[in-house]
Amino acid sequence: MAPLLEIRGARREFATPEGGRLAALDGVDLDVGANEFVTLLGPSGCGKTTLLRAISGFETLDGGTIRLDGADLAALPPFRRPVNTVFQSYALFGHMTVARNVGYALEVAGVPKPAREAQVTEALAKVGLSGMGARKPAQLSGGQRQRVALARAIIARPRLLLLDEPLSALDRNLRQQMQIELKTLQNTLGIAFVFVTHDQEEALTMSDRIVVMRAGRIEQIGTPRDIYRHPRNRFVAEFIGETNLFPVTVDRMSGDLALAKTAEGLELSLPSAGRMPGERVTAILRPADFAIAAAGIPATVTRAVYLGSDLHLFVQPSVGGPEIRVTARDGDAAETGARVHLAHDPARVHVLEGG
Amino acid sequence: MALRRQSVILGLLLAPVTLFLGVFFLLPLLIIAVFSVLSPGLYGGVEWTFYHWNYGRIFGWADGIMEIYEPIYLQILVRSLSFAALTVLLTLALCYPVAFWVSRLPDRWRLVFLFLITLPFFSSLIVRLYAWLLILKPTGLLNTSLLALGVISEPLELLYTPTAVVLGMVYVMVPFMFLPLYAAVDNLDRAQVEASLDLGATRAQTFAKVILPQTLPGIMGGAVIVFIPSVGNFVVPDVLGGAKGLMIGNLVEQQFLSARNWPFGSALSMIIMAVVLTVLLVSVTRARKAGGHA
Repeated sequence: MAPLLEIRGARREFATPEGGRLAALDGVDLDVGANEFVTLLGPSGCGKTTLLRAISGFETLDGGTIRLDGADLAALPPFRRPVNTVFQSYALFGHMTVARNVGYALEVAGVPKPAREAQVTEALAKVGLSGMGARKPAQLSGGQRQRVALARAIIARPRLLLLDEPLSALDRNLRQQMQIELKTLQNTLGIAFVFVTHDQEEALTMSDRIVVMRAGRIEQIGTPRDIYRHPRNRFVAEFIGETNLFPVTVDRMSGDLALAKTAEGLELSLPSAGRMPGERVTAILRPADFAIAAAGIPATVTRAVYLGSDLHLFVQPSVGGPEIRVTARDGDAAETGARVHLAHDPARVHVLEGG
Repeated sequence: MALRRQSVILGLLLAPVTLFLGVFFLLPLLIIAVFSVLSPGLYGGVEWTFYHWNYGRIFGWADGIMEIYEPIYLQILVRSLSFAALTVLLTLALCYPVAFWVSRLPDRWRLVFLFLITLPFFSSLIVRLYAWLLILKPTGLLNTSLLALGVISEPLELLYTPTAVVLGMVYVMVPFMFLPLYAAVDNLDRAQVEASLDLGATRAQTFAKVILPQTLPGIMGGAVIVFIPSVGNFVVPDVLGGAKGLMIGNLVEQQFLSARNWPFGSALSMIIMAVVLTVLLVSVTRARKAGGHA
């Protein structure tokens, strides 16, 4: 089955104030399936918002195509695309009531008033704002405005909903609540979501697939687990979650394990599959992949940060080298200054080719 | 204690302006209001006797001996109002698209343009109007160029016509319309325009439902600021209209300076003020209703 959205070779350049050219999109290929939740994730300036605006029609591509249901979108102005957007600033119409904001897409499409009102009531109920229709946007809280923007964008049943960092203005608790609500809403509506964010936690929580972008290019596309456990390169590894990177040289093989050493002499065990003695690779271990144990890498805790259920440790290996970040359980004997041993499961080490 | 001290300081700060406006604005207004119901003195000034014929001359009651009802006064009032309304419409039509264009210019050019818009304020109005006289007169710049180009075969009769008056008023009032309009257009939330297009509204729908309502305060502000001085303007009709008593402002000027009928001039002034206040009140309440909480 053909994907709902097909992006091929998307390119977009901007002139920089210095007179140069900057590629905001530099050959992007992406497919989004019907009813899929895809997140575009990357640091600011990576091109994720430009890509979103190219889909909604507010940016014109310098090269490449965007197809929706097989039809090229290039010739269609924004108001003819079956795509709606939740804007970062919400962009609610300040001079209209909440109900008129929500019903706007139907109003301009010429839907008669009685039918419109029924759908507005339904959409407001869907986002938990029943009875708020008569208010003006200025009389709502940030979270409520966010919901109005959402209701307004889904009322016309777009094939694809674009969300441009919609949660970035909300406080942490509300943001986490909205993350779950968004995902639930997407499941019940059966609309494909393309969600833009620079917050990796948000991306991991909600997405079916994450698209990690940097400097106008896609670095990796995969499920949240894929991206987290098997980053394709250092950038992805460091951008998603906390990471310990060890440039190591494979020393010797021992059964299905390969023993490798850092320049300082720190010893790590890796899965042996495909490894050769003398080979230089990068070993990636997440903080939770280490455990405080009776034996292992000798080290000293330099700082312990208490986070409720977890204890976040910064640990200095005795042999030297950079600090290792370790997530320990509350109750582990790991005060600042404590001498500990770090153990790790070799199967959970992810290896990047090359030092 | 603190509150009391604050109100004392506030009073001290407000006292000068209150005093100034009281003496130089409210008092003359009161004098005009009183004069408008007194009888005219023989050589200017007033006689201190009640005399309502000043208004009677205008609205249709008169004793027929001392004062005669002349419909011409009401006609002049109506003409002044329609000239002012026309000036509002023309300046609005000229400035609205330009405001959008300027608000999209790069910062540096925007400042240059705003400076150019305010440039006329740096020179005298009279001088600028006489420059228009030179342009519009039968042997002026406009006619000679058009003749030279072969567009017309004989000079156009432009000067001392209503067209010249409206043209001059539009010229004088353009900056007053432009600045509030520009402020409103510049404040327009572009994201809302995009949201409207994104939700399927055509460009025309977006203009009618989002851009126009959002810039309405600026339109109303510009309209009021242009309309009020236009109604009572007497300099432009004087210079470009040929002092034919075309507008009510000229009529007031004549009554005070040449006819020496101060009470009648005062009555005319009071009528102008009543009309202007009504327009102001209606437009402000309308704008408030349309703009919601604005």
